[in-house]
Amino acid sequence: MSAIYILWLRQIKRYVRSRPRIVASLGQPLLFLLALGFGFGPIFQRAGQGNYIQFLAPGVIAMTVLFTAIFSGIELIWDRQFGFLKETLVAPVPRLLIMIGRTLGGATVAMMQGLIVVVICLLVGFRVTSYAKLPLAFFFMALVAVMFTALGTAIASVLSDFQGFQFVMNFLVMPIFFLSGALFPLTNVPKTLAVVASLDPLAYGVDGLRIALLGVGHFGVAMDAVVLCLITTALLGAGGYLFSRIQV
Amino acid sequence: MIRVQNLIKRYGDFTAVADISFEVATGEMFAFLGPNGAGKTTTIKMLTTLLKPTSGHVELDGLDPTTHANEARKRFGIVFQDPSLDDELTAYENMDFHGVLYKVPKRIRSERIEQLLKLFELWDRRKDPVKQFSRGMKRRLEIARGLLHTPKILFLDEPTLGLDPQTRNQLWTHVKKLNAEERVTVFLTTHYMEEAERVAQRIAIIDHGKIVAQGTPQELKQQTNSETLEQAFLALTGTTIREESAGSADQMRNMARMFRPRQK
Repeated sequence: MSAIYILWLRQIKRYVRSRPRIVASLGQPLLFLLALGFGFGPIFQRAGQGNYIQFLAPGVIAMTVLFTAIFSGIELIWDRQFGFLKETLVAPVPRLLIMIGRTLGGATVAMMQGLIVVVICLLVGFRVTSYAKLPLAFFFMALVAVMFTALGTAIASVLSDFQGFQFVMNFLVMPIFFLSGALFPLTNVPKTLAVVASLDPLAYGVDGLRIALLGVGHFGVAMDAVVLCLITTALLGAGGYLFSRIQV
Repeated sequence: MIRVQNLIKRYGDFTAVADISFEVATGEMFAFLGPNGAGKTTTIKMLTTLLKPTSGHVELDGLDPTTHANEARKRFGIVFQDPSLDDELTAYENMDFHGVLYKVPKRIRSERIEQLLKLFELWDRRKDPVKQFSRGMKRRLEIARGLLHTPKILFLDEPTLGLDPQTRNQLWTHVKKLNAEERVTVFLTTHYMEEAERVAQRIAIIDHGKIVAQGTPQELKQQTNSETLEQAFLALTGTTIREESAGSADQMRNMARMFRPRQK
């Protein structure tokens, strides 16, 4: 347990100490929220879908958690390049525990970043339908955070440097985000897109967040929770396995 | 304490370690010497569970690190050849992190951290992040960290590279003390022959992945009719500078490096 704690603590310390990075990484959600939110707002309204900022905010929150979580996981490549990874790999601690500590730390960081964006959304004019359901929203954010930190760790375990990183971003992370329904409603989209979205784990996270924050959704809260829990468990398993096989 | 039999490590066509066997007795200080790229670090990585051997058998305190990795890891401590600190954490935090992972009880941990940081003259800088440290200071911190828990076997992979004579002296005094008082087995590599001669009871010389000679410093000198260990070393491994020779083995090594940037 102390091993998990110290690895978790290390991630938190690294996050809190890199204030420029915290601020910089808020630029993207802010841009999405303001440019898309106010830009598409009138069209969305005219199409009879209501306030776009209301619709978009949960998507942008999920996006922030997704990106921060993936980066936290992929940070493992830094540790490998700077040599710190070796220090943890020779320690007399099962590698699964090391992976779990890292992942929980990274997920906590993603969660904190997500909470900052929740506050920003509220400042921009987003209104939650029921504050009593906020814990449910945090639950979905936490699942998304753990899931994608585990995915990032799994990916970083098989990459030895940043050369494959661009590939991962363009062919995995970006599609996960754009196909999740974070930016548009999944009702009435072409069938192919609907099928693809239903295979996208983030879609269930975005949907869960919308249900918690706005009271409306696509898949239903139970479905969202079950799918996310299953995929999170699977990715933790896969990440743990790949991490335990790292050779340096 | 350490037993290695017919150990081989291949990367594709390139053989980094070609069928080596040796033993290190409990409480012995054993120097593993060889030119750059001879296979020293690869061997240490296989001994310390970081790398899986292609074939052959390794035993640490009777345990096979490939099948009982975690038990084996409890037996040893290591100072790596290349950097292994977290630059964003302070010196103290790096030490503490290590202590927690190795389950050093809290009270002993803070005592030993203070003692070691003072010994290596880093105590005044303990609250500074490591990224502000010079190379020599980082090295000192890594050595202090490697000595924080008392393992049965201590691996020192070129620990004195880039250190001033004062720090080298501190290091070896401390390591010798550990060896004498707590019977810690020491496995070290170095390029400083006089250092190896001074601290090691037995020496193995590796070149191109093969062990070319083994014995006490005295035996190696007699075997080659040399006055110093340095002469014996050159007699055994030749005078060619490895990085500059462009033999086929080196080209292969470069290829292997290109495809596996982190594996040496």
